[in-house]
Amino acid sequence: MNSKPRTYILSKKLDVFFGEVYNNVLFIGRFFSELGPPYEWKEIIRQCYMVGYKSLPLISVTSFVIGIVFTKQSRPSLSEFGAESWLPSLVAIAIFRALAPLVTALIAAGKVGSNIGAELGSMRVTEQIDAMEVSATNPFKFLVVSRVLATSFMLPVLMFYMAFISMIGAYLNILVNEDTSLVAFFVNALENISFLDFFSSLIKTIVFGFSIGIIGAYQGYNATQGTEGVGRAANAAVVTAMFVVFIEEIVAVQITNWFR
Amino acid sequence: MHKKEIHTSEREVVIAVRQLYKSFGSNHVLRGVDLDVHQGENVVVLGRSGTGKSVLIKIIAGLLKQDSGKAVVLGEDVATLDRKALRNFRLKIGFSFQNSALYDSMTVRENLEFPLLRNSRNLGRTAVNKAVQDVLDDVGLLHTINQFPAELSGGQRKRIGIARTLIMRPSVMLYDEPTAGLDPITSVEINNLINEVQQRYNTSSIIITHDLTCAKATGDRMAVLLEGKFARMGSFEHVFETDDERINSFYDYNFID
Ligand SMILES: Nc1ncnc2c1ncn2[C@@H]1O[C@H](COP(=O)(O)OP(=O)(O)OP(=O)(O)O)[C@@H](O)[C@H]1O
Ligand SMILES: [Mg+2]
Repeated sequence: MNSKPRTYILSKKLDVFFGEVYNNVLFIGRFFSELGPPYEWKEIIRQCYMVGYKSLPLISVTSFVIGIVFTKQSRPSLSEFGAESWLPSLVAIAIFRALAPLVTALIAAGKVGSNIGAELGSMRVTEQIDAMEVSATNPFKFLVVSRVLATSFMLPVLMFYMAFISMIGAYLNILVNEDTSLVAFFVNALENISFLDFFSSLIKTIVFGFSIGIIGAYQGYNATQGTEGVGRAANAAVVTAMFVVFIEEIVAVQITNWFR
Repeated sequence: MHKKEIHTSEREVVIAVRQLYKSFGSNHVLRGVDLDVHQGENVVVLGRSGTGKSVLIKIIAGLLKQDSGKAVVLGEDVATLDRKALRNFRLKIGFSFQNSALYDSMTVRENLEFPLLRNSRNLGRTAVNKAVQDVLDDVGLLHTINQFPAELSGGQRKRIGIARTLIMRPSVMLYDEPTAGLDPITSVEINNLINEVQQRYNTSSIIITHDLTCAKATGDRMAVLLEGKFARMGSFEHVFETDDERINSFYDYNFID
């Protein structure tokens, strides 16, 4: 009998984990090496459209609700100090710095990341990727590069959209208690949003978008045989992407704090 | 029914496979495969399910790497090619997949254009359209040009898959079970197509099949894959003139009357 089963399993798991990390890094390296021309413009644009189309309804609803609820919940704490006039800028800061980037990324991981994993996974197991390969075309460029570019570009767009809709939600909630014009509300709210807030959220969401795209593509592109592999790829794409987004969020907060 | 005999043995060797070994874990699939395919020749590979027929042609097309041995195709040692050289090499290879592998998200037209647009970038729109129509006409499916793969029957998908490879005018064709799962009439149409391709473009082909009618109709030479290597090679009659039960049973089960 094996006398040390415990250590063996642990090291084996770690082995698999680091092997997976290593392969992901190689995959990212390949992405950058295949980035040059000729570009698959048509496919890139189609994928941008798909990213928007897939996540827009859910993002709209979520952001509107977040705007209303967050504002409503923040009011009592502020009114204790008689500081209700700070409400718009408090809400704006929370939304721009943290909520909009993170919630957009989580929704996109669920909707877009899983879709990329499933789509490429099914193309892998039905040999469509091999078919592109043997017809002397470049499936990596056509399938992976276009999707990752699309998520990297579209996530910031969706984030700003989400922030805007949340602010509308916030405004509607404030309107219940006091009579402010939309313009006055936005001026008040955006007064405390610095260029750093804007810039760091932009960079952060580009990184989120890249991660969601590349992780989904990695899982799908390397799906193993069988329809079961497609489901696994989709699932792994979501779980891994969410995990990575959280890690990146923590790192990003640290980095922006150095600059404040 | 029978093809007229051609004497290819003195012609140039286009595919030379030598002592090919391939395992997946403890599953030793290919165990010393040797095969020559001559210019303009159709070689039929017979063998039971799971003997490694698909694996063999995937190694020939550079989709899988062998553990040892060599596959030299059109003068290139396939396993040694880098990504760019492999792409150039594949311009000359046509691969018809067992399950057709059509691109689900594209119409028939887009499926056919896909390799063409990316490999001949200076080709004009009219030239691309003409190439697509010509090759669709060759396989008799011009009317499906705007349909999606999901709307086609299995036999139609197979023919579109073949058309998609023919559009690049390959000099070597690899057919993976071109008639599997098709009715006898459609099968005969596919057999005729394979022979037409051979005659019109002088291609050299490997045709994998379980279907002895297809083998007889398309093959200039047969090769029987058994336990990881070719057990018998030669004309249809020669291959089945044997006492080997494993080969005879293959024949018997195909023609139960
Ligand atoms: N990518 C792979 N990973 C692991 N095993 C594989 C892989 N490809 C093929 N195999 C195994 O190799 C063996 C031969 O497979 P192959 O597909 O070549 O069979 P085949 O002769 O084409 O059979 P069929 O007539 O059913 O298509 C099978 O046991 C299969 O499980
Ligand atoms: Mg097979």
